[in-house]
Amino acid sequence: MLRDITLGQYYQTDSVIHKLDPRVKLIATICFIISLFVVKNWVGYVLAAVFLAVMIKLSNVPFRYMIKGMKAIIFILLITVVFNLFLTPGEVLWSVWKLKITKEGLHTAVMMAVRLSFLIIGSSVMTLTTTPNSLTDGMEKLMKPLKVFRVPVHEVAMMMSIALRFIPILLEETDKIMKAQIARGADFESGNLIKKAKAMVPLLVPLFISAFRRANDLAMAMEARCYRGGENRTKMKPLKYAGRDRIAYGVLTAYFAMCVVIRIYL
Amino acid sequence: MSIILDHVDYVYGEDTTLAVHALNDVNLVIPDGQFIGLIGHTGSGKSTLVQHLNGLIKPTGGSIYFNGEDIHAEGYDKKKLRSKVGLVFQYPEHQLFEIDVFKDVCFGPKNLGLTQKEAELRAYAALKQVGLEDEYFYQSPFDLSGGQKRRVAIAGVLAMKPDVLVLDEPTAGLDPKGRDEILDQVAKLKEETGITVILVSHSMEDVAKYVDRIIVMNQGSVLYDDVPKEVFKHYRELEDVGLAAPQVTYIMQALHKSGMPVATDATTIEQAAQEILQIFF
Amino acid sequence: MGIIKTDKLVFEYIRRDEEGNVEGITRAVDEVDLDVKQGDFVAILGHNGSGKSTLAKHINAILYPTEGAVWVDGMDTRDEKDLWNIRQEAGMVFQNPDNQIIGQVVEEDVGFGPENMGVPTEEIWERVEESLKAVGMYAYRKFSPNKLSGGQKQRVSIAGVIAMHPKCIILDEPTAMLDPNGRKEVVRAVRALNDVEGITVVLITHYMEEIIHADKVFVMDKGKVAMEGTPREIFSQVKRLKELRLDVPQVTLLAYELQRKGIELPDGILTVEELTQHLLQKYHMK
Repeated sequence: MLRDITLGQYYQTDSVIHKLDPRVKLIATICFIISLFVVKNWVGYVLAAVFLAVMIKLSNVPFRYMIKGMKAIIFILLITVVFNLFLTPGEVLWSVWKLKITKEGLHTAVMMAVRLSFLIIGSSVMTLTTTPNSLTDGMEKLMKPLKVFRVPVHEVAMMMSIALRFIPILLEETDKIMKAQIARGADFESGNLIKKAKAMVPLLVPLFISAFRRANDLAMAMEARCYRGGENRTKMKPLKYAGRDRIAYGVLTAYFAMCVVIRIYL
Repeated sequence: MSIILDHVDYVYGEDTTLAVHALNDVNLVIPDGQFIGLIGHTGSGKSTLVQHLNGLIKPTGGSIYFNGEDIHAEGYDKKKLRSKVGLVFQYPEHQLFEIDVFKDVCFGPKNLGLTQKEAELRAYAALKQVGLEDEYFYQSPFDLSGGQKRRVAIAGVLAMKPDVLVLDEPTAGLDPKGRDEILDQVAKLKEETGITVILVSHSMEDVAKYVDRIIVMNQGSVLYDDVPKEVFKHYRELEDVGLAAPQVTYIMQALHKSGMPVATDATTIEQAAQEILQIFF
Repeated sequence: MGIIKTDKLVFEYIRRDEEGNVEGITRAVDEVDLDVKQGDFVAILGHNGSGKSTLAKHINAILYPTEGAVWVDGMDTRDEKDLWNIRQEAGMVFQNPDNQIIGQVVEEDVGFGPENMGVPTEEIWERVEESLKAVGMYAYRKFSPNKLSGGQKQRVSIAGVIAMHPKCIILDEPTAMLDPNGRKEVVRAVRALNDVEGITVVLITHYMEEIIHADKVFVMDKGKVAMEGTPREIFSQVKRLKELRLDVPQVTLLAYELQRKGIELPDGILTVEELTQHLLQKYHMK
């Protein structure tokens, strides 16, 4: 059931992308997302698609595995598409009752669908190839300048890393509690919205209690292992740029430049 | 009245590369009134199996019949099935959520559509059956000790008046006395009401004393299905699959091998003591 | 003075009502005197709620005594300046394997402690490697903890503590949530640490078969030390153990039953071999 959601969970394998510095991957992901909004025509999208396809290929993560993790997002994607499809004013292509599909609507809907799915796949390439720990390390290092403004960079990074560690555990737990309550005759499916919301109480109360218990245990375990914030902490895997990271930055710059060129001249 | 599993198969994540064959051609008949121990190590499929009994998991192959009816047939009332086959999960205290013990136990019966009055009567009876003292009835379940919480959780299932009670590792995390208390209570309940009890465990020693039939699971299949003393004869094979017979079996085997005229099929301390005493006196 | 010493250690939980008024005081640990020698394997037994876990948390300075004192390697746990030294020297492993693994990858988790201590990068790698090897989990170093069995997770937790190079390691019911296989794995790893690496071990449990090899056993009840001695001395008091909500291995229980029925056997038989030997002697004499 719930444990089928694989979105963003690290996929263990060996690849060039896995080996890249997390900072490179973070910046690349951000650039890729921006590029999706920079390009406006099909040439640009083809370029983005090619770029993405090459990255997926290089990452050695099976495409099927990636898509499987997206199931949860498809619903949101559909809503966006439907809204754009029906609610954009313009030249009517097809209409029935009050619903009309316009040329502009069709255009934006397709664009949105492409953008969103590229965006999701693009970010999941990053999360699938980077352990959450190195991801947070990367973020911590990139955001270090913010420390001047008293932003608790290390603490935020640690929090994110812990949250990521516990997501699969809590999902499994949700599944278990749900089943236990169903075994006691609980009904999570039928009824109107209010009834459904009420039916969540027997699920949410135990879940929260468990989350707090785990948080408490974990805090104790961390303290017992001498955790005292980011001060004087060394790193097992300190971030150092290697040759491949420089090449990656080069490739990224080239890609982004091409997107800009396409935007301006095509 | 019985549960029949007919060629039941279950595969997790069927059409993916990560498919796991959790159950493999399981055939079982569970008649009324038996006290069954379902044994297997972690990952042997025993927890998956019990979730089939009340229709929480649908088999990917084969069928399950409760009182002669296919539980996955169109229009079969699953809610009623779940009240008849009560399933107590591992660490059941993690499902408690109400503000007091009594309300929590009422949750099941109320889901069955009973009136407040009926639900309360059943909750009262169930709490008595698990041996919880009245003084705790209106306390928050979260203030109770581990053993008491577990009793409340079990009562929550008993209040649905099941014909079959399935307990998944009911003693996990309890201390020896707490373990004995829960198991004794279950045995007493079985005695008094005559319901079918299925005790899921990874410890032969714990269940040997109580059950009259042991089903051993390994890698999703039924390895042995017999009375305890017959199952324990396979103590070497049991070790190969990560289980062990009770220590008593090893003692009797060792004595026998060293030349003492003792039978090796004792399953409890009392039987073993008797067997040894008869050669001395 | 031993590596761990407590002197009349008392710990009280104070329960307060919603306004913050004291509702009641529970004495979880009541005048406990412990003295653990360097290199010993000490077991603390007790039923749930006997105070054994509360006691354990004092050794790692997670809890501080209400009265009395605790010293780890000569350092008073209430002395704030020694706090991190104490936590480094007395490593702690907890009950729930899921709630103490911080890393997403086995090796990163093992490196967490040394990172916090400010160990240089290269040495962290050396420590992680040797610790994982010591518990037999080196082959799993790149795995996600979620993919491991309970016993394996606990071994990773133990490695995470060893990587901090502690002098002693306190295990608070590390096997309570495991199946028999997992339990054996963990106990084997712990014994190896004690035998091979010479690390002092304090094992808290309610499984009797795990303490057979301990040098010394303390049995706790209502916050006090109720029994104290070698495993044999403890196991010879079957009746007393039952009163304390504990049980004994089946072989010890059987020997006890036979004794009661008039067969002369020594007290506190611990293994099947021992019982067989004694009975065989009796049988041949007859």
